[in-house]
Amino acid sequence: MSGYTIDGWEIVVGLEVHVELATATKLFSASANRFGDEPNIHIDPVTLGLPGALPVLNRQAVELAMRIGLALECTVQPCTFHRKNYFYPDMPKAYQISQYDQPLNVDGWLELPGGKRIGVERAHLEEDTGKSTHVGGSGGRIHGSDHSLIDFNRAGVPLVEIVGRPDIASPEEAKQYVTELRQILVAVGASDAKMEEGSMRCDANVSVRKPGQPLGTRCEIKNVNSVRSLGRAIEYEARRQIALIESGEKVRQETRHWDETDGHTHTLRTKEDADDYRYFLEPDLVPLAPDAAWIESVRAALPMLPRERRRRLAEATGVPADGEAVMVVVERGQDDYVLAVGAAGGDVARALVHVKEAYAEQGSIPSVPAADLAGMITLETSGRITATQAKTVLSELLSNGGGDAAAIAAAKGFEAMDASSLEALVDEALAAQPAAWAKYCDGEEKAVGAIVGHIMKASKGQADGKAVSAILQARRG
Amino acid sequence: MTTAPVSVAGIGAAVRSGEVSAVEVLERHLAAIDAREPDIHAFNLVTADAARATAARVDADVAAGRDPGPLAGVPIALKDNLCTRGVPTTCSSRILEGWRPPYDATVVRRLAAAGAVFVGKTNLDEFAMGSSTENSAFGVTLNPLDTSRVAGGSSGGSAAAVAASFAAASLGSDTGGSIRQPAALCGVVGVKPTYGTVSRYGLVAFASSLDQIGPFTNDVRDASIVLEAISGHDPLDSTSIPRGPVTTTEVLDRGVAGLRVGRIVDLPGGSDPEVEQRLAEAFDALRAAGATIVDVELPSMKFGLTAYYLIAPAEASSNLARYDGVRYGMRVDAPDTNAMYGATRAAGFGDEVKRRIMLGTYALSAGYFDAYYGKALKVRRLIHDDFDRAYAQADVLLTPTSPIVAFPVGAKVDDPLSMYLCDVFTIPTNLAGHPAMSVPFGTGADGLPVGVQVLAPTLGEPVMFQVAAELERAAAR
Repeated sequence: MSGYTIDGWEIVVGLEVHVELATATKLFSASANRFGDEPNIHIDPVTLGLPGALPVLNRQAVELAMRIGLALECTVQPCTFHRKNYFYPDMPKAYQISQYDQPLNVDGWLELPGGKRIGVERAHLEEDTGKSTHVGGSGGRIHGSDHSLIDFNRAGVPLVEIVGRPDIASPEEAKQYVTELRQILVAVGASDAKMEEGSMRCDANVSVRKPGQPLGTRCEIKNVNSVRSLGRAIEYEARRQIALIESGEKVRQETRHWDETDGHTHTLRTKEDADDYRYFLEPDLVPLAPDAAWIESVRAALPMLPRERRRRLAEATGVPADGEAVMVVVERGQDDYVLAVGAAGGDVARALVHVKEAYAEQGSIPSVPAADLAGMITLETSGRITATQAKTVLSELLSNGGGDAAAIAAAKGFEAMDASSLEALVDEALAAQPAAWAKYCDGEEKAVGAIVGHIMKASKGQADGKAVSAILQARRG
Repeated sequence: MTTAPVSVAGIGAAVRSGEVSAVEVLERHLAAIDAREPDIHAFNLVTADAARATAARVDADVAAGRDPGPLAGVPIALKDNLCTRGVPTTCSSRILEGWRPPYDATVVRRLAAAGAVFVGKTNLDEFAMGSSTENSAFGVTLNPLDTSRVAGGSSGGSAAAVAASFAAASLGSDTGGSIRQPAALCGVVGVKPTYGTVSRYGLVAFASSLDQIGPFTNDVRDASIVLEAISGHDPLDSTSIPRGPVTTTEVLDRGVAGLRVGRIVDLPGGSDPEVEQRLAEAFDALRAAGATIVDVELPSMKFGLTAYYLIAPAEASSNLARYDGVRYGMRVDAPDTNAMYGATRAAGFGDEVKRRIMLGTYALSAGYFDAYYGKALKVRRLIHDDFDRAYAQADVLLTPTSPIVAFPVGAKVDDPLSMYLCDVFTIPTNLAGHPAMSVPFGTGADGLPVGVQVLAPTLGEPVMFQVAAELERAAAR
């Protein structure tokens, strides 16, 4: 994506991604960490910030945060917790426990499928707030509403904030970054990372500059709720900034709200009215210093990451690692299956194509035993059934949850046509379509369609299209 | 038994053995409350009915041959900043009026499990901010030894309750001297344990890195017994030290032969001459009992008060931010959320609390942090280092607890600085996290009690109690 510009302007994007960790309980209390339940049932004195309640750090949250850090090639270091002080009704203590100058994970990177690395400055632990619903007024904002309802089920849910460096140079790279990050988070079991449910939230810092110039003034874009919106919001914001600068105005550093309906960003707050968070060391917690043994055990337990999986599948199939088939199959988590089909004797490249196309809705664990699919692919690659017949057999396998491909092919009357039968069919077709044959012989490649169509019709689809084409080409000389 | 037991040790033993009933013991204390509480106002709430029910249960246990625990039938008063399930916990603040905690503080659970009978919730300076209990929203507590005088603070109610025999023991909290100073002014024993020895879970926070719960009793042995019952690791407090209860009863009769007792040569001056005289006598008594007196320097002690009045308000400004009218306690309605916060906090907090919130907010603010809070933390480190050097030479240090005896009600209310000076000898202990205790040692002006403070290094409770017991014996001679 390097070289992306809008009217000669480069754009510079840094992403801050918040992910909710898939822990059993909250970051500092024993209440369940569960989305979608009846409001205010996963609460306790700590969650509600009742007087006298004290936080106790959740070890599982630390471990999941370490997994994220290690998967992003960060250094895991001794760290501390701070209080970030500000008033908001859904923040029970009027401060958020977060990490400030000594975060758990620092200095990592994420590699985009095309190979470009985006720096990760830090990935730190913090607690989520409750969720406010503003009733009355317009737009669901607190301003102008009649009253607000607060659900504290989300308060205290563990979050990791992943602060990316401003290495992203296009809306497309931003989308790739988030897509890749999501896959990593899911792969390591740290989060379900669903943007639509808010378990993954993305803020974008956007600025523009002429090539070779220093960084421009940035704006932070909030309320981006899908990967697609992220691309749109960044592009809109970049164009807005460019228009401002080109009309002689200045970009003002501010936080802006992405509005999905009008496709614009709007001022939320300017730098001047930004809160002074008065960070200071959280006195109710002690420093956290994961020892080397703990870090190494977490590292050793990390599963293979998407990048590695794509490389492995690409090598096995001879297809590019950032090509659509490999990307899609790895994202769906079906790569192990494809390789298993290969191990069972099926052509692995063919398996990739079938799995990508036919298994779209099948989730991560295809229902057909790998050996059965391998059997079907062998019928196909040995020429005993055609590609069209293969699809029919496969859909039969899928609906039965497996089976003997050869038996299905036989039951359907799919028989491999021998060479002499095919030659006979060709003779008959050429006799029936002399004009098309003449055009084909004159080099009009499209004309072959009529002849092949005739053969397919005559054979009721049992002729192998590839074999027919080969015969026709041979006869044309 | 010819005389009714009054000490914790005596009551516990007599009730356990069935010599005396818990109900009898309780009624004697309730009678004292009936007689003198109107003149003293030690309590925000007397829980006579609940206490009678508990006492009856204790007696039933004894009758049934079950051991109710070492504090069987011991009437205990709780500072009203300790959470008691279903029982109002006000911190002597309007802002918490009507709030009933849904849980018990760890110390309350432990005392209950040991057989204690809770007689009520004692008055304090609002949120423990003060040295005279005059900052209570519910009226001043008067000194049982002279009701024209204050009982000290902030745990004035707890000190007065023991001094007036309303309870055999009480709990207070000590952030800068709030147990030791009222103990000295009321002529009882008061202990501030090592930070992390007693769980803070359920103590409504004033300054989390300084707060520690401790007992008030009539004598050193009783303090030792109560401390043992409430101390020991609590997984609900992350700053709790992972070790068992503090046991000191076995050292009380060892004497002080061979111990090194430090005299701080650069101790800040300004104490009453009688107080200076009692301290000198305390050193003499320990020397006579075989201790060696050594001179030590604590040059940064004089900065302690200043550092304290930045650190404690800074933490308080954050700890008290949760009283926003959203979830519990007082709410003053207003047109929007921010106005509601302002109106609620303006009406709910008293002047001293507001003064400290403003001081602390300022000290943590951007641009001032380094000059105020940051510098205070450095002073805290220096004090810690000074103590380390002193404790290389001495096993314990001795100072007055308070520079003055109990002062007349109203004498200092308009002069916060002079009030703050009451804690000049007690504050450094909190900054260092060390233990210290006040032992009654003779009288000063107007025959009012003087307390001598024994200071010890981290987890130095055994040697601290050893010396305190010797001082107690000397004072009785």
